[in-house]
Amino acid sequence: MLHRLVLTPDDHRIARLTAAAIAIALVESAVPSPLPGVKPGLANIVTLLVLLRYDWATAAWVTLLRVLAVSLLVGQFLAPGFVLSLGGALASLAILLVARPLVVHQPQWFGPVSLSILAALAHMLTQLLIVRVWLVPSPGVWVLAPVFFGAALFFGLLNGLIVAWLMQPNAYGVASNENLPHNT
Amino acid sequence: MNWFPKQKIKKLLRPGDALILLAGIAGWPVLTLSLWQSGPAAQAQVRRDGVLVAAYPLNEDRTVSVVGPLGTTMIRIESGRARVVSDPGPRQYCVRQGWLSRPGEMALCAPNHISLTLTGGQATYESMAY
Repeated sequence: MLHRLVLTPDDHRIARLTAAAIAIALVESAVPSPLPGVKPGLANIVTLLVLLRYDWATAAWVTLLRVLAVSLLVGQFLAPGFVLSLGGALASLAILLVARPLVVHQPQWFGPVSLSILAALAHMLTQLLIVRVWLVPSPGVWVLAPVFFGAALFFGLLNGLIVAWLMQPNAYGVASNENLPHNT
Repeated sequence: MNWFPKQKIKKLLRPGDALILLAGIAGWPVLTLSLWQSGPAAQAQVRRDGVLVAAYPLNEDRTVSVVGPLGTTMIRIESGRARVVSDPGPRQYCVRQGWLSRPGEMALCAPNHISLTLTGGQATYESMAY
């Protein structure tokens, strides 16, 4: 007995956006980092675009599928790196759920940069906690916290500005409503 | 090149964004100071071959001697600090390190297989035992 799996336009949209996020994350994983654990997190640009153009649930799908797929592709599935990615992603999504109304209801005050910085900080803090509790059970872990905090601020700002720029409703805004791939 | 005019930057970085960013930048030195100058150490732990042989509170002055493969390593605990006073090792790294006063600091007299570690108020887990 065959059950036909019905694909909704949402499924196609999620798959397309996830593919973009995976591609960015894979390219980034090939770029060496000066300090383990510090990386730009450019794939989160896709998360933020989806969060603001669609809704939180779609952003959560795209992000979690990306984490899963990238971990499989780089051979990290269920390894510590995967747990760290998943923990960071879940924390970021949680804070994005809380902070999204700020941008939606107060767009003249808060933009993608706020979301990006808050999510980056939540991501960093959760990963540090996981490392502290599980991987390196020593208070010495906190010595590195200012470094990661600074990196989260910097890359949070950078990614947020990129998202804001992509969303501009004019010729530059490749992710404005007119140009983002909709279900066609 | 006029692809990124100033007017656009204002829209990209909105007032609330700037506030959050400034709060983060202001919090950075606070975080750094509080984490890089952590509270006073409470305990001195002496290890031989990585095994804890003795632990002393830092608020009681005393001199401790520990015997290793090369001879006796002398450790002095005084007014909340601790140091290796003498060691039979050839290069004297752990002696020259001087006073240790912050949790996590460690003097390693590797030739004599002795280490002196300071810990904070709570008993901490020693990850080097792995």
